[in-house]
Amino acid sequence: MVELRAAVALLGRFPALSGVDLTIHAGETVLLRGPNGAGKTTLLHLCAGLLRPESGEVRVLDHDLTEVVGRRSVRRRVALLGHATGLYDDLTVGENLRFWARAAGLSAADADRRTDEARSRLEVPDRLLDQPVHTLSAGQRRRTSLASLVVRRPELWLLDEPHAGLDQAGRDLVDALIGDAVAAGGTVVVSSHELDRVAALSPRTVTLAGGAVVDASATDDGGIR
Amino acid sequence: MSTLRTVLRDARLVAGRDLRIEARSRVVVDQVLPFAVLVLVLFGFALDADHSTLRTFAPGLFWVTVLLSALLAIQRSASLDSADGTGTSLRMSGLSPVARYLGRTTAVFVQLLVLEALLVGGLVVLYGVSVEEWFLLVVAGVAAGVAVAAAGTLYGALASGLRARETLLPILVLPVLAPVLIGATRAFDDALGVAAVDGWAWTGLLAVAALVLTVVGASAHGALVED
Amino acid sequence: MAEEPMSPAPLPEGTASDTTGSRGSRLLGVLALVGLAVLGVLAFVLTDPDVRIHPSTGAEFGQFDAVRMLYVHVPLAVMTYLAYGLCAVASLGVLIRRTPWWDVTAHAAAEVGTVFCGLVLVTGSIWGRPVWNTWWEWGDVRLMTTLVLFLMFAGYLALRRTTGDPRAVSRRAAVVALVAVLDLPLVNRSVEWWENRTLHQQSTLGDLKIEDLTLFTLMLGFLVLGMVLAWLLLHRFRVGWLERAALDHSVAAAIVERRGETPDDELRRAVGDPSPGESS
Repeated sequence: MVELRAAVALLGRFPALSGVDLTIHAGETVLLRGPNGAGKTTLLHLCAGLLRPESGEVRVLDHDLTEVVGRRSVRRRVALLGHATGLYDDLTVGENLRFWARAAGLSAADADRRTDEARSRLEVPDRLLDQPVHTLSAGQRRRTSLASLVVRRPELWLLDEPHAGLDQAGRDLVDALIGDAVAAGGTVVVSSHELDRVAALSPRTVTLAGGAVVDASATDDGGIR
Repeated sequence: MSTLRTVLRDARLVAGRDLRIEARSRVVVDQVLPFAVLVLVLFGFALDADHSTLRTFAPGLFWVTVLLSALLAIQRSASLDSADGTGTSLRMSGLSPVARYLGRTTAVFVQLLVLEALLVGGLVVLYGVSVEEWFLLVVAGVAAGVAVAAAGTLYGALASGLRARETLLPILVLPVLAPVLIGATRAFDDALGVAAVDGWAWTGLLAVAALVLTVVGASAHGALVED
Repeated sequence: MAEEPMSPAPLPEGTASDTTGSRGSRLLGVLALVGLAVLGVLAFVLTDPDVRIHPSTGAEFGQFDAVRMLYVHVPLAVMTYLAYGLCAVASLGVLIRRTPWWDVTAHAAAEVGTVFCGLVLVTGSIWGRPVWNTWWEWGDVRLMTTLVLFLMFAGYLALRRTTGDPRAVSRRAAVVALVAVLDLPLVNRSVEWWENRTLHQQSTLGDLKIEDLTLFTLMLGFLVLGMVLAWLLLHRFRVGWLERAALDHSVAAAIVERRGETPDDELRRAVGDPSPGESS
């Protein structure tokens, strides 16, 4: 599913990833940990096909991400939840969801259907549909972002601090979402400082520091540097 | 592989999004259009002129005003995807760069048409201009509008993601649009009865410019938004 | 612009360790200087000014001494187009092949080309002054087109100097160069039509009789300025290449440093307890 060998990734001139060895199998849940500046976000972006690897091997979902074609192909099959909302502030929740669903290639009918399902799963109430995103609370925005990702039915989930800024209910929903994804056979990589929460999902833990993997707990080989 | 129909469908989706955002936020209507009228007024003050002088210069002043206002509209359009991570989501979505380019260009074009229409009104009211050939005026305005939107969207995407993008955009896009300025002014000279030139020949040049810039823009856009 | 060379930089044979010169380029430089001297003598002393006798009035007319600018202005213009043409081809290479060689070449060609372009404008203005009685003539098609070209590449150079992801900047610059070159015919055609409307007559190249010593001097001008172009390109390319090598070197060093970044206690902390706060 995900295979990295000595992967180096630059942000401008800065080597955010200095040589990552990592293997993740389909259906696994992985917790990504590490101090600030360790390269967790960069690793997620790399696996999403958003960054060109400077050197090393990067294969995700059988696509070779050192090639432009590979990066372009992998993006549609992956969902990345970052720090930003990924939503247009001036558009309503409904308009955003509809746009992103159709942008993912769904027909109008499919888009509406899947959007309704996602909304109810993530408890984004009907009354918010006509509200511009900038009027929503942080928690509501996060849930809308997640709903827009759920619609795509990705095979690989890359979640960068999904619990941050959410209240108890919101955090529970995120956990439930991760549980759904795992149950559906998806692979989930979560970068988080909320170890206790994620621990409940029995993930494999991968620790990053200085742009490389320093420890991968022994449910599987991850290549210890 | 995207087929033509997919590209057009996606372009329509993107154009609709941009126009809907504008309808909601009204930045162009509230800020760019008044700026354009302001520039026309400033020219009036600066030239300290009577109606006959203003009429003579009207086409040139019109198109300089359009170009300066277009810079603002283009900056605004390019900025829509540099906030809130929507640029990243767009890259993740699988929309082809060509579709994104065509959609955005269409939205900017529509906004420019509204701008031009308003400014023609401004010319009539403030400068005492009278339109002799409406059809020529509209066709030339459309062709020039496409050219400006096409070049602007390309360079807007180019400058976004760089430091000093606000000051880079004008110096990059304006020289490239020099032929459009020359051609559109001459076409308007004819349409407004200001000078005896062949406005339709100039409009032909504008159409060629519009075509070339759109094709080049669509091709080059991919290199800019991909990695 | 000059940099200390770093050891990974692959400089050509015979290069001294503290300059970008080489045996070959020094020879070229000397030849170019000699050539410039010869050209100067020919252009400004030995050739005749353009003096013609009007058939009916018998009065003298023509460009007189101003025509001497011909020997520099025209070769400069040709060299400008060569340099910008090279930049366009190299920019295509940047987008298709993405190797550093194309990128450095594109930048060098654009910079040298812009210098030459500026000189074309200046010499054109000097040449035109006695003929037009102004320093700038809006009706001259070539001058106008050259001015727009100059502005387009001034934008290119400004873009090149912005800070940011070097790869992104080089790709964007390549697009700017290519669009500029593709736009140029449009610029030329529009200025031409515009100029024709004003029915401007002035002495152009076509009026002059170019033969014998005049022709020879002009050809020499092409040769000499071609050598100057080559010399400048060579050196500018080498400087750019060294800058590139220095950059790669510093990135490689940064990678190594980053790997060794985690001292033992930070490592223990990383594996044991999480750091609070926002993530990386």
